[in-house]
Amino acid sequence: MSKKNENGKSAAESGNGANGDRRIKMSGRKVNVFYGSKQALFDVDLDIRENNVTALIGPSGCGKSTFLRCLNRMNDTIDVCKVTGEIKLDETDIYNSDVDVVELRARVGMVFQKPNPFPKSIFENIAYGPRIHGMARNKAELDETVVNSLKRAGLYEEVKDRLDEPGTGLSGGQQQRLCIARAIAVSPEVILMDEPCSALDPIATAKVEELIDELRENYTIVIVTHSMQQAARVSQRTAFFHLGILVEEGDTDQIFTNPKDERTQDYITGRFG
Amino acid sequence: MFSTLLAVLVIAAIVGYFAARNRAYAVAGDKLHGMHSLPSFHGANMAIWVAIPAFLVMCVWAVVSPRVIDGMVLSQYSDAVAGLSTLEVNSFLRDARAIAFGGIASFPNPEREAAAETISALAFANNVIMAAVIVTIAVCGGLFAWGRITYRARARHHVEGALKILLMVCSAVAIMTTIGIVMSLIFESIRFFGKVPFQEFLFGLHWSPQTALRADQVGSSGAFGAIPLFVGTLLITVIAISVAAPVGLLAAIYLSDYAGPKFRAVAKPVLEILAGVPTVVYGFFAALTVAPFFRNTGESMGLTVSSESALAAGVVMGIMIIPFVSSLSDDVINAVPQSLRDGSAGLGATKSETIRKVILPAALPGIVSALLLAVSRAIGETMIVVMAAGLAANLTINPLEAVTTVTVQIVTLLVGDQEFDSAKTLAAFALGLVLFCVTLCLNFVALRVVQKYREQYD
Ligand SMILES: Nc1ncnc2c1ncn2[C@@H]1O[C@H](COP(=O)(O)OP(=O)(O)OP(=O)(O)O)[C@@H](O)[C@H]1O
Ligand SMILES: [Mg+2]
Repeated sequence: MSKKNENGKSAAESGNGANGDRRIKMSGRKVNVFYGSKQALFDVDLDIRENNVTALIGPSGCGKSTFLRCLNRMNDTIDVCKVTGEIKLDETDIYNSDVDVVELRARVGMVFQKPNPFPKSIFENIAYGPRIHGMARNKAELDETVVNSLKRAGLYEEVKDRLDEPGTGLSGGQQQRLCIARAIAVSPEVILMDEPCSALDPIATAKVEELIDELRENYTIVIVTHSMQQAARVSQRTAFFHLGILVEEGDTDQIFTNPKDERTQDYITGRFG
Repeated sequence: MFSTLLAVLVIAAIVGYFAARNRAYAVAGDKLHGMHSLPSFHGANMAIWVAIPAFLVMCVWAVVSPRVIDGMVLSQYSDAVAGLSTLEVNSFLRDARAIAFGGIASFPNPEREAAAETISALAFANNVIMAAVIVTIAVCGGLFAWGRITYRARARHHVEGALKILLMVCSAVAIMTTIGIVMSLIFESIRFFGKVPFQEFLFGLHWSPQTALRADQVGSSGAFGAIPLFVGTLLITVIAISVAAPVGLLAAIYLSDYAGPKFRAVAKPVLEILAGVPTVVYGFFAALTVAPFFRNTGESMGLTVSSESALAAGVVMGIMIIPFVSSLSDDVINAVPQSLRDGSAGLGATKSETIRKVILPAALPGIVSALLLAVSRAIGETMIVVMAAGLAANLTINPLEAVTTVTVQIVTLLVGDQEFDSAKTLAAFALGLVLFCVTLCLNFVALRVVQKYREQYD
């Protein structure tokens, strides 16, 4: 976890703390999102820093998932959804017309709220991404990728004897780690997770949280969560959304111990939301 | 007589309803709230008791009494009918009844006229007795129900019970009819197999069902080898499915995953219209448009295509079942959860990769069963093949020749004047039974697959 910020420091100052000086991997500027005529996000400016876990928190319907889905253009699949503003991955604007969405999603992977393994074998679930992107030149390489991904997702020991069995036959927690392994298998740079633990029991949740903490070393992670404790446990940076507005963002410790905004204060102390 | 009595019963039931309801209001006085059943239930209960038992007795009576009268007439005129065949006895009775009730008798004679008088007398007596019995039953029912209009009487439950029985009877009617039809198929088929050996029917290669009506007729030995029919049916079905499966499936994929909401809103109803075109219209479309087109095209390429070809019938039948395939496949494809599509897209798969590698494999069992259902539709389809495929029972797998199918042969076997228990007529039942068994199996398998598949995502 990050170094604790001293009280009284402003958000801008805390931005220069231990996590604040990491390289900016993705950045949103003046992001507005409309579903038809309804605006879901208003002028959101948010930086995602490399090898950090950034938590998006806020009451239901405030636009966390919407922002997350902007980061790999999953919103493109919704007909009525329109995004304006600028979202950069490294130096390129991902909403530029010459950006290939398919490639983008291989670089910015996603794990969903409900585990959604394909109705295929465990092996095939993981091999799916590398296959469509032609990442393995032969069977041996593919095997290696699958095993490595499972190992990184902390699932290998549990399933190594039954890679041919359907992925849908695993427990909920195992399924979610399978989905994480599936996302890792295409070697993304950023992994987006939308409430990845909301369908899991506390023990499975603990495992996934542990996993997220380990993954931070190699990947940049953005996670949406409803659990304050979870945000505090796994993230270094936290962004608080309210009614489509990014109210406050900063180092997790600062947000939880010394929020600048009254609304953040109310939310994290459970006064609304 | 029957209709008059029925009208009387209906009126009595209505009157009984209001009478009982008023009585119930009177019983309730000003404490309507505590009464077990509302007055309208007492009314309904009364109507049921007045009408239903009387109606049931009336129905049984109407079925039984003509037989009783016939029996009485025959025993009275046993001399006249002695030594006659069943057919002739029936004709005797038919004429007697015709004379009695003012119809046209085919062979009037004094004996039959005498019998006619007996019949009218008996019928009159029968009507009087029936009316008396029915009215008595209705009155008894009414009195019984009247006596049960009390403050705590559970008329509500009685009405409930009566409704339940009504529902049960209706579903029983549906089930019994099905069983009855299957039974008659089976029994007539057994009779057929008494005349034609089972293995000859199932494995014989020659079909020519013209049996001799008279012994001296020529060229009518009668051969009942059904293989040419099975092959013809199979050929046309295969052609139909090879048209309908790709077109229907691809259309379903387009509709479910690519088409915008506006196109969907137009395309779905249009497909449904295609499904609603009467098959006879497809039939003459096949016979008058498609078949000549194939023949002319074939000729210009130097092929001989008969004007009634398996190809024309199969293609048109395929067009007919396209909406069937596409709407069923659309359902199964839509049943694949959106989360799988998102998951695949989130890994950087394109839409067509997602469809090929995730959606179709997941939906495959459902699609297969949709195709099986479509096949069973095609096998049972009659009108198109009657008009476009021909009658010649050729044993061929050349789609350019005329073939015939099981359904077509059933039609031709039964059209026109037939002797009812000849092998020719009975063959229709055997063919029907085969058809029934095949489609039953197909439907059964298909529905089981669909069920299993549904469970997978629930
Ligand atoms: N597909 C859609 N079509 C129309 N409106 C949508 C759609 N998805 C989301 N919205 C609207 O956008 C707003 C933000 O939704 P979003 O899903 O981002 O909220 P959230 O913060 O993720 O909430 P939760 O915590 O409940 O998941 C909501 O008002 C929602 O009704
Ligand atoms: Mg959400």
